[in-house]
Amino acid sequence: MEHQLAHQHSAHAPVKADPKQGQQHPLGIYFVVWGLLFVLSTFSYLVDYFNFEGFSRWFLILSFMWLKAGLIVAVFMHMRWERLALMYAILVPPVLLGVLVMLMSIESDYTFWTRIIFFGLQPAPTIGE
Amino acid sequence: MADAHAEAGIHTLETFVTDWSTDQETFKKVHWGKAMMWIFLLSDTFVFSCFLTSYMTVRSSTTIPWPNPSEVFALTIGGQSIPLILIAIMTFVLISSSGTMALAVNYGYRHDRRTTMLLMLATAALGATFVSMQAFEWTKLILEGVRPWGNPWGAPQFGSAFFMITGFHGLHVSIGVIYLTTIAIKVMRGDYEAKGNYEVVEIAGLYWHFVDLVWVFIFAFFYLW
Repeated sequence: MEHQLAHQHSAHAPVKADPKQGQQHPLGIYFVVWGLLFVLSTFSYLVDYFNFEGFSRWFLILSFMWLKAGLIVAVFMHMRWERLALMYAILVPPVLLGVLVMLMSIESDYTFWTRIIFFGLQPAPTIGE
Repeated sequence: MADAHAEAGIHTLETFVTDWSTDQETFKKVHWGKAMMWIFLLSDTFVFSCFLTSYMTVRSSTTIPWPNPSEVFALTIGGQSIPLILIAIMTFVLISSSGTMALAVNYGYRHDRRTTMLLMLATAALGATFVSMQAFEWTKLILEGVRPWGNPWGAPQFGSAFFMITGFHGLHVSIGVIYLTTIAIKVMRGDYEAKGNYEVVEIAGLYWHFVDLVWVFIFAFFYLW
């Protein structure tokens, strides 16, 4: 019985989600995302290869990065098909990291200028050199 | 594609509120293992974010120029220096491993044990390839004189950030290779067929995709920035 069921499963493309089991989606979407990730990675590599500088560099790098991350989480990790309760529990807390990044960028700016004021542009004395 | 959004209104604010206020199971119909894996991955997100944030802090506070990753990670192939080429190949290898893993999850739910096992082993093999290339990269940099406390090209913090971030990521990949191989063997042995539930494959997949996800950020912030 179990085997017969298993056979039926592989015979027809199982597009419909089995309510008892996890995520099932047509294979096509995985190939599309796989392809997109390749294209986006190639683009971000080309940003370096063609030496984009300044604003366009970080804008392009960050855009491709977020697109890739979004595709992986949404489709490969099936987040777009999960319940909102799980989605928010996982995706909202990392937003707090923005606070850490902000604090540390203020802190590093302070350290940078302290070093400039006290050591000038000379290499700061380092231990073990 | 049958849109799952419409399904039982799982995306409405109302279900969100009722899910959290039922005082029993919040993540209804979500396999407990999957919920726990997500929680673990969330904590791991914070670990990697701490590494990347401290990297940002040391890089933006140093008065000594940061070594140019484009040149540091260039490889000479056929007498030509190609910037970042090994890292680019590593990226494509890891993305491909994510692709085969996504397919493995799908074939698991179809109860196709053989294909699931083969796809998972392919994923593990690509992961092992990635770690090998990383070992090559580490060897090359160490031979060139990169240490956690200094390097020949500039800011001494470069080495510590590099070894810490890529080392911890490589450790995750290595653990993932062992994890996936174990699950693949159990798939083939019929453990999940007996239970009639292949969700374990999807949970292992979540871990693997996360490793790929972290690499996306490392690639952008450490290698391309």
